[in-house]
Amino acid sequence: MKKHILILFSILFIVASLVFGQNETKPYTAVKNVHIVPVVGDDIPAGTILIKDKFIEAIGKDIVIPVGARIVDGAGFYAYPGMIDSYCFLGLSEISSIPATIDHRETGRINPQLRSTEALRPDSMHIPITRSNGITAALVVPSGGLIAGQSGLIRLTGWTPGEMVIKSPVAMHVEFPSISRRGFQREQAPQEEASKQVIELKDWLNKARFYQKRRETAAKNLLLPMPEFDEKLDFLLPVVDGELPLMISVYADKDIRAAIKFVQEEKIKAIFFGVTQGWKVAEEIAEAGIPAVIGSLYDMPPSWEDGYDALYRNPAALQKAGVKIAFSSQSASLAKDLPYHAAKAAAFGLDKREALRAVTINPAEILGVADIMGSLEKGKLANIVLANGDILELRTTISRVFIDGQEVDLSSIYTELLEKYKPRNKEKK
Amino acid sequence: MKKMIFLFSCILILSFAASPAWPGGSLLVKNGTILTVTKGVIPRGDILIMGGIIKQIGENIQAPPGVQVIDASGKFVLPGIIDSHSHIALSGTNETGDVITAEVDMADVIDAEDLSIFTALSGGVTMVHTMHGSANPIGGRNVTLKLKRGRPSDELVVPQAYKALKFALGENPKQANRIGATGPPRYPVSRMGVNAIIRRELLRARTYMSQWDRYNEVSKSKSPPKTLLPPRRDLRLDTLAELLRGNLVARCHSYRADETLEFINLSKEFGFKIACFEHIPEAYKIVPELAGEGIGISIFLDNWAYKVEAAEGIAPMAAYCAQNGILVSINSDSAERIRRLFNDAAKAIKYGGLPEEEALKLVTLNPAIQLGVEKIAGSLEAGKHGDVAIFNEHPLSAYTRCEMTIIEGEVYFDRSQYLSEREEAAKQKKEPKKG
Repeated sequence: MKKHILILFSILFIVASLVFGQNETKPYTAVKNVHIVPVVGDDIPAGTILIKDKFIEAIGKDIVIPVGARIVDGAGFYAYPGMIDSYCFLGLSEISSIPATIDHRETGRINPQLRSTEALRPDSMHIPITRSNGITAALVVPSGGLIAGQSGLIRLTGWTPGEMVIKSPVAMHVEFPSISRRGFQREQAPQEEASKQVIELKDWLNKARFYQKRRETAAKNLLLPMPEFDEKLDFLLPVVDGELPLMISVYADKDIRAAIKFVQEEKIKAIFFGVTQGWKVAEEIAEAGIPAVIGSLYDMPPSWEDGYDALYRNPAALQKAGVKIAFSSQSASLAKDLPYHAAKAAAFGLDKREALRAVTINPAEILGVADIMGSLEKGKLANIVLANGDILELRTTISRVFIDGQEVDLSSIYTELLEKYKPRNKEKK
Repeated sequence: MKKMIFLFSCILILSFAASPAWPGGSLLVKNGTILTVTKGVIPRGDILIMGGIIKQIGENIQAPPGVQVIDASGKFVLPGIIDSHSHIALSGTNETGDVITAEVDMADVIDAEDLSIFTALSGGVTMVHTMHGSANPIGGRNVTLKLKRGRPSDELVVPQAYKALKFALGENPKQANRIGATGPPRYPVSRMGVNAIIRRELLRARTYMSQWDRYNEVSKSKSPPKTLLPPRRDLRLDTLAELLRGNLVARCHSYRADETLEFINLSKEFGFKIACFEHIPEAYKIVPELAGEGIGISIFLDNWAYKVEAAEGIAPMAAYCAQNGILVSINSDSAERIRRLFNDAAKAIKYGGLPEEEALKLVTLNPAIQLGVEKIAGSLEAGKHGDVAIFNEHPLSAYTRCEMTIIEGEVYFDRSQYLSEREEAAKQKKEPKKG
């Protein structure tokens, strides 16, 4: 009996020492001697970032590193917060010409019930490529129709949609009716048709408000009939409540004005997306306090009269007028290029620091997650990118990426295919 | 009187026709960081262009009297960017009325008014190889142009460039992505068919050539029969005969490694020259074959996954292939991407660590070699054409911007002038003239 107890105790002791021992040392990772670009606050030329579990435990010049912490030597590197893509199709689009691989577009015009994150493919080949360029989170969005559905913010690591979702829904997406040409190829919608659609949109919100009122009164009075469940109206409730922002895709100046009016009349929270002619109405957008997610700059100006560089100088004009801006890739296969949209805007007048903010802290604020990401600060998720230079530069190499405190694999189909064929090519020489 | 007018117009026309080609301009670009591409970097140097040709590159060059000086202090001067695969400045891309259309010539449909020319100039591009599309296994002849905006179309043509014929393999000629298209499919709809139809046409061309050879031989004989008739002239086969005689080179749109190798086999079977494979996202799979044959590739740096055959196109390919003996150029194939080819070149540093000068070659010297114009363009050297781009920061930086584009000593894009004109126009709009 005594023997048994002894064995039992020793087993317990070993297990306990393993468990507690791990807790004491393993959760700490310290990135040492690294040039920190926290985005919020001044740079720290040679500092330490102490990670505990998922979070930044401490950051600064003189940080005491706990004994047994995993040490990452950051000498020669710059540490940036992971970048955030504010509008993309990662995990929803694989090969753009093959409909079987496209899941961000539903049929029909009114689809508030759709949730993009429920169609997410964690195995998308585009995710590791994007991650390896320092982008650690992305808003994956539905598109098309009038009300496209709900977007969600994902971390760019994880085996299942559930493991990847940070926040969902983030916004309800609306393709604002256009009275102007958006681009050269797009068809011109007649003004009447556009105003009809704006009325339709307002009608949906009003119906949702009425639906809510009927439900509330019925809940208080058992004699009143409870209204039938209505899928469309039900999912619009958080919007009319002011809990869920509308992300409104709107491009031309006239349409932006109409959208501002719409937002103010409906008293809803809103984010603009696209805003290609925002520079023409920048003050009005700033006054309305509506942030703007800039669409891909890999596009032509919406009209030749705007000038060849209209898209490139648009972000600077918006930022200078006081609009909070964030960049987006508007893509899946080229989501990795997010930093270069910011740099392109910087080449045409946007302050470089503002360009960096527009892929880090600004998107975090716009998407409502600034408490946990968007900068390197104590208490935030340890989403850290180590690069050999300016993270927005084309020539910079990203060396290591941490998401939620865990170092992630930077290999991708790019590296895998190249490694697969290298031996064959050598042998054949 | 009518006679007089007629005579006068004749003289006018004749005098225009007799006048020499556009002579080219003269100017001195001063105090820029000169990226010659072939002869290193001059940190603070000058380029003298006289009559359209680079006369001298060096330090402290004095401007000859009357020659305009362009101050490039603090700026970067590089050879004009060359796009080896484009479809701009044309009023048509694909002749889709038939499957084999070797008889069409893009030189017949040059659109010198195309606004895309300005777009390209705003990105430092001075020369494009503008091509037939990829709808047909055998398309038409391509043409190489200098982007001399505002000049008559025949002055844009670069006569020194290779005469090239467009071929296309894979999904486009087999019409794989015409989802929802109605009507019966046209032959071919498979890669077997694409290869077979190219072989069929080349065999027809061979027979056609021998018919002409026989006719010429007999007609040159001492007493040719009076009933001797020449073979029927066929413009399509005439073009293919030129290819088989080596007077034309093939530029072949290909995606998969396997179809590319099959096309190399065809070129050996018929003895024609392949100047370059287009797009070829799987080139990294067959590096020894391409390097061994000395065939260049004209590729996207990382535009990919837009169709199945483009789903294994990897960004590190440009650097990897360039480092393993293949002549690589980066093309735009787009009226939009054409204005940021220098950004794509920079990505070859990120993906594969190509040295800066080699990265710059991907959009300058390498496409020049692929087009057969390396004696006149692709680098900054005395004797070459004065085709120059000036950028505010290093052209391989993400923060750079093209400031000026010069072709043969003439300024075709000047950002500061553009901006002041825009400002002026905006002012006039705000204050409409009274009256």
